[in-house]
Amino acid sequence: MKKFLSLFYIFLVLAFIYVPILVLIVYSFTGSVIIGNWTGFSFELYAKLFTEERIRNMIISTVLLAVGAGILSTILGTMGAIGIYYSKGKFGKIIKGSSSISVINAEIVTGISLALVFSLITFGKTYFSLIIGHMVLCTPFVVLSVTPKLKQMDSSLYEAALDLGASPTKALFKVVIPEILPGIFSGFMLAITLSLDDYIITVFTKPETFDTISTYVYNAVKNQAKSELPALRALSAVIFLIMVIVVVIMNIRANKKVAKEAR
Amino acid sequence: MENENKKIIELIDLTRIFEDGLIAVDNVNLYVRKGEFVTFLGPSGCGKSTTLRMIAGFDKPTKGKILLNGEDISDLPPNLRPINTVFQRYALFPHLNVYDNIAFGLKLQKQKVTYEKADGTTFTKTEKLSKREISEKVAKVLKMVDLEGFEKRSVSTLSGGQQQRVAIARAIVNEPQILLLDEPLGALDLKMRKDMQLELKEMHKKLGITFIYVTHDQEEALTMSDTIVVMQDGVIQQVGTPTDIYNEPKNSFVANFIGESNIFSGTSLGDKKVKFIGKEFDCLDDFPKNENVDVVVRPEDVIFTDIGKGKVEGKIISSIFKGVHYEMVMKVGKTEVIIQNTEERKVGETVCIDIKPDGIHLMHKEFSSNKYDGYITKKNTVCFGDGEFECDVTKLYPNSTLDEEGYLITDNGEKIDLTDVDVNVEVGLKDIEISDDENAGGAVGNIISIIYKGDHYQLIVRTDENEEYFVVDTEDTWNENDRVSVIIKPEKIKLTLKTENHR
Repeated sequence: MKKFLSLFYIFLVLAFIYVPILVLIVYSFTGSVIIGNWTGFSFELYAKLFTEERIRNMIISTVLLAVGAGILSTILGTMGAIGIYYSKGKFGKIIKGSSSISVINAEIVTGISLALVFSLITFGKTYFSLIIGHMVLCTPFVVLSVTPKLKQMDSSLYEAALDLGASPTKALFKVVIPEILPGIFSGFMLAITLSLDDYIITVFTKPETFDTISTYVYNAVKNQAKSELPALRALSAVIFLIMVIVVVIMNIRANKKVAKEAR
Repeated sequence: MENENKKIIELIDLTRIFEDGLIAVDNVNLYVRKGEFVTFLGPSGCGKSTTLRMIAGFDKPTKGKILLNGEDISDLPPNLRPINTVFQRYALFPHLNVYDNIAFGLKLQKQKVTYEKADGTTFTKTEKLSKREISEKVAKVLKMVDLEGFEKRSVSTLSGGQQQRVAIARAIVNEPQILLLDEPLGALDLKMRKDMQLELKEMHKKLGITFIYVTHDQEEALTMSDTIVVMQDGVIQQVGTPTDIYNEPKNSFVANFIGESNIFSGTSLGDKKVKFIGKEFDCLDDFPKNENVDVVVRPEDVIFTDIGKGKVEGKIISSIFKGVHYEMVMKVGKTEVIIQNTEERKVGETVCIDIKPDGIHLMHKEFSSNKYDGYITKKNTVCFGDGEFECDVTKLYPNSTLDEEGYLITDNGEKIDLTDVDVNVEVGLKDIEISDDENAGGAVGNIISIIYKGDHYQLIVRTDENEEYFVVDTEDTWNENDRVSVIIKPEKIKLTLKTENHR
């Protein structure tokens, strides 16, 4: 009985979390405007994702922005983490302390201050300000995911590379970077995820005519653009599916690694 | 051979002071001959690893020079030194397999190759090693460390001993002029360690490379080295062959660190005679008459005789079987004598012992008293050795007295203010008491060394601030690193005026 109750409880929690998504997915296979009104099974909404130009452009630009900002902030964040890790003395301590402030900082503060800075230096809201904005958002998280890998690394590895004749640069690329690669990769994934669903900073830094998925959805809901809303159900379902696949792949990889190390 | 005696590396006034002010290596002067197997031996924190790191180039000397074949390499980065290191925890690259780990250095190597053109002129080019050369070298070195066929294995699947071999192979494949080994066998179990010791020694013979080895294991040092450098507190205590170091230790630290030993306080009687544990012994060292000496006797040099035929009689108070021999402790009066013998004498048995002249080694006593520079405070106490102590200032001037205000009235009625007067302070080793109550005494510090001297321990207490030393003879048992305060009774502090009275 006790076991049944605990299972039931878990079931309730899971249902609470996943039922809305399931409803969304189910209704993404029908063309009706309002959820709850089943007008027959169709892939109509999915087709719209590719046929309607506004939606297609918005998806492409969101992905491009996320990948671009992800790559740039991964490079910047990795360099930053390595620099911070090897910096010494008072100066080093100050950098170490200040680098994590932006993680805790409220996103709205970051967004407004970025908008302010860009209007001050008269760039205005351009693609440049948008990508910089997303880099400001993502870089600290890359630093946070790379730093523990650096700390775990046997510090004599770098010395061993030097000892065997590698210059400091070669030692960095041949030994340190491969060692912290898992951290860099998870930092990159984190950056992409953050950039993909960011709304606040995007709004403050994007050019007027440009839209990412989140700003598009927000506008669509606000303006009651009914003809576009149903297509978003299909989009959400696709995004959810992609996330599930990514999580499953990551779990499988992690299990494999554990099994390998256990051997 | 001329080559054999060439100095390959020379350390001149080498000093390393860490950022926090700790002096890790203090003015070390040393040279290593080409092809030698040299071991730096000492307890942890004695500066041996720091010295090694400076030779490798990972640490920069604060002061002094490192010469390689006569050339100053102090500022050369580690990647440009013809020196390779076997690290304490191996430091194998986890993302590379065995082959790539060993080939790491070779792939970075460049060599000059001379070509001949068709017209007969020659030109030289700097080239990387070819893939074939690299794989030949790796195969050769893998054979040397008995790991043939392991090329493709990931290093994380290897056992500790195998990882150790890969680390050695990775270093020697580059054919360095000097191989540095930083406690390379520390993580292996006893049996494997013994095997590797012999293998390393064999490898040293075969390769002809100079080995500089760091360890805290005295037995390892004695087994493997041509020369042993004993270090403590950043200072070289003794340099010599294993037999020299064992048989003729220069001071009680070396005697105590290298193997078990009895260290007794004794007095030289001149004419190669010495008196200790209440008896006269013949010895081989000639010391001036009446000099106080430390007498070192190895436990295996104490021999049992029939009752009445030996020098000293005593009672066995403990006996432990150690495999090859028994280790027994005999009590003579207040003194304990450690004896190792294959024959056991039971606890409680009265035995008679003798020591042959070649089993007795005399050393100059290191400390006969503690001496400090101090000054008198307003309260007529004395400050020295990082502390403040009550003292009797009237001893500074014969027949003087103190008045109510604290001024000193000398024999002829002169009134003297002693505040800030510089004085010499002398305190006997037995006149210092220590207490684990930090507030009980005038100065506070940590015990940094304990040496058993037969009937008492000689401790060294080091204070934090200025690293002043208090050498203390005590019968109580303390532990190293104990935090203690130093108590000195006012009448035990001997004060004398410095020639210049006021600052």
